[in-house]
Amino acid sequence: MEIKPLLWRAVLLGMALLTALPILAVFGYVFVPAPEVWQHLRDTVLTDYLLNTLWLVLGVGFGVLLLGLPAAWLNSMCSFPGQRLFEWALLLPLAMPAYIIAYTYTGMLDFSGPLQSLLREVTGWKYGDYYFPNVRSLGGAVTMLSLVLFPYVYLLARAAFLEQSICVLEVSRTLGANQWQSFFRVALPLARPAIITGLSLALMETLADFGTVQYFGVSTFTTGIFRTWFGLGDHAAASQLAALLMGFVFVLILLERWSRSRARYHHTSSKYSRIPKYRLTGSMAWLAVLVCALPLLLGFVIPVGQLLYWSVTVAKDGVDGDFINLVWHSLMLASLASLFALLLALILGYGKRLNNDPLTSLSVRVAAMGYAVPGTVIAIGVLIPFAWLDTQLNHLSKQWLGSSVGLLLSGTLFTLLFAYNVRFLAVSLQTVEAGLGKIKPTVDNAGRSLGLSAFGVLHKLHLPLMKGTLLTALLLVFVDVLKELPATLILRPFNFNTLAVRAYELASDERLADAGLPSLMIVAAGIIPVIILSRSIGKSRAGEK
Amino acid sequence: MLKKITLAILVASLAAPAFADGEVNVYSSRKEQLIKPLFDKFTESTGIKVNLVTGKDDALLERLKLEGENTPADLLMTADAGRLHRAVEMGLTQPVESETLKKDIPATLRDPANQWFGLTSRARPIFYVKDKVKPEELSTYEALTDEKWKGRICVRSSDNIYNQSMLGSMIAVNGVEKTQAWAEGFVRNFARPPEGGDRDQIKAAAAGQCDIALSNTYYYGQMLTGEEAEDKAAAEKVAIFWPNQQDRGVHVNISGAAVTKVAKNKDNAVKLMEFLVSDESQKWYAEANQEYPVKAGVAASEMLKSWGEFKADSVNLSELGKNNAEAVKIMDKAGWK
Repeated sequence: MEIKPLLWRAVLLGMALLTALPILAVFGYVFVPAPEVWQHLRDTVLTDYLLNTLWLVLGVGFGVLLLGLPAAWLNSMCSFPGQRLFEWALLLPLAMPAYIIAYTYTGMLDFSGPLQSLLREVTGWKYGDYYFPNVRSLGGAVTMLSLVLFPYVYLLARAAFLEQSICVLEVSRTLGANQWQSFFRVALPLARPAIITGLSLALMETLADFGTVQYFGVSTFTTGIFRTWFGLGDHAAASQLAALLMGFVFVLILLERWSRSRARYHHTSSKYSRIPKYRLTGSMAWLAVLVCALPLLLGFVIPVGQLLYWSVTVAKDGVDGDFINLVWHSLMLASLASLFALLLALILGYGKRLNNDPLTSLSVRVAAMGYAVPGTVIAIGVLIPFAWLDTQLNHLSKQWLGSSVGLLLSGTLFTLLFAYNVRFLAVSLQTVEAGLGKIKPTVDNAGRSLGLSAFGVLHKLHLPLMKGTLLTALLLVFVDVLKELPATLILRPFNFNTLAVRAYELASDERLADAGLPSLMIVAAGIIPVIILSRSIGKSRAGEK
Repeated sequence: MLKKITLAILVASLAAPAFADGEVNVYSSRKEQLIKPLFDKFTESTGIKVNLVTGKDDALLERLKLEGENTPADLLMTADAGRLHRAVEMGLTQPVESETLKKDIPATLRDPANQWFGLTSRARPIFYVKDKVKPEELSTYEALTDEKWKGRICVRSSDNIYNQSMLGSMIAVNGVEKTQAWAEGFVRNFARPPEGGDRDQIKAAAAGQCDIALSNTYYYGQMLTGEEAEDKAAAEKVAIFWPNQQDRGVHVNISGAAVTKVAKNKDNAVKLMEFLVSDESQKWYAEANQEYPVKAGVAASEMLKSWGEFKADSVNLSELGKNNAEAVKIMDKAGWK
């Protein structure tokens, strides 16, 4: 009894530290003073970085809630024309990388793009004669990111609504609440942890985004870190900027924890019955269709249409063996990385449930910080310790074997998978934690008192209870890795490309149209897991078969 | 079963890249589609296999530095001279003695100490809208701060290395203070906050948002030869003006290569560089990507010829790298986003 918790803690701490290592490695520079560069930053661009980042986060936060929440509620509780389609289709924007949706909308809505050109042709207006919102702006970045990130809120909120016992809602109604009251006073507060999880995933992704803001010329912390590290060549100031960004994230997380204070969110009723979906008719039905169709159209159908158009009209190279290789590499990396992340998340999540002391809690939190860190920073953070280890190994092998063994870690797929884990652990961890949180502690107690070991409880009780959660964690990371670019670009081995790399190379050479086909394939490969995801959630409501 | 597959792939991935005799390992920030076809030809004619990782300049430098003496990379290729200079400063490269390279590449386009070599060159001239600007109104980069250009200039973000290098070349001739004053005046004349890439500046000019744009020559060339009708139409509305012809010449940059300090296949790396300045390769660059050959005597493509002869800035390109941090600071201060 005395040894086991200690062992657990050591394992947890070790794993958490290992995952946090790259971030800590970059932060190694934090204590190197860089007063001159800071003076320069303060005098010139720091205010911009701060304000733009703040507006971006607030804007995307508002945007994803606005797009995701109403759609989640409607699809859980009501029936209206097309609802069966929207139910899963609303997850599709998840398959669309943010930088790619940015390319497509810029292509369409830019001043020199087809829409505005047509407008000018028809009306005879010139530049300055009319107002047209500029896509390449802070507002544009907020819109693009909201359009592809709202499914996180939709996904988790809908799962939460579906898992709520109907009894709770019925009781609220019999106690005199109307539909709106029972939504705002019962369903919404009960779903709060899930909604917050979705929101924080979306916001962390926003903070880590580099492709979109850079393409739109919006200077944020992320672009600032790059500029300081590479342009000014100052690693200390850059990592201090990154540390500031992390501080930002940490404060957000603490605020949420604090506001939740001692409230817990287990389901206490085991009585479930099929919810009779409320049938919407007339204008209400059309309104519901609009609420669901708009995000789907803007976040998926229109940009995919543009990609299709590009692929069909201009793409020179068709699907050849090289291209199939790209697809295979992308799928392989995504599958392996999502399995690793799930395994790690289970160990950390369950370990934390068993030993809920502040130290464990903190180390698990730190391990999951990577989601808000830009991929390039993580890649360099991974290289620092791995390259060091390689050097040491080579010293040893020279001493003992008389020859060097080359790079064993750096430049291998293992390094890349490790980096993905650092970057995306938060996704699987948060999902697994949310799933575990819904299982009452009395279940564990009952299991243990009936003779199950700690592992037995996880294996025999928890895992079967949260099959849906596990699948969700797996697929979310899968789709994320499929879209990942910066870390892949830096860490990949020789002659190893993925779809995202190919799309980036063409797009950054300003050949947007040629980038259409690989982009389309990323989306296509992401669609299948997204659909499985949606089906599994549909089945997750207790009492529905 | 799944675990076994995972394990198998992991083990396979752990195997380090092989160092057979017939190989050369390249880290390149030139995009794959711009070099792979030449590599394939190289392999065909020499039997030497080329292994390639592409990426962003600085990230690749960082990887090279961190991998230290164990790096498998033999050759570093970048699309900018400043970055090659940085690699030299970081101690990541070694000098190469090759008569072919010295003979074929002009002295301004390679490192004085033979640490790096330019393989193709591109200019960054001024593009003007033909029916709004007369070429007589233009003269130098410096003159673009004139009041008459207020609200008429399009240029991309200062995050971009081509702008940083251009400023670096100005610092080399005019000094920090004058360049600072120039940047402030230049920014005042912007038609819009910088956005998009080089092609977007030309498109915006063609569409009427501004009258003057800065862009690299090959983007303009690709727009003219590409398959997108809109791009082509936009490019046809503008023309090239070669600035500073009376003094230092138009700003040019290169794509180039350097052999890494610990290259295990140095001979093959040098062979590859020599192949890349052969007539055949230089011609391919000119035809496929509208870049200027560095080798004297290789004819530029018909299109490049049609743009006319020009005097290129003869500052040694190492200066761009030396002045990079200063250039970024100047643009920050000037409010060049």
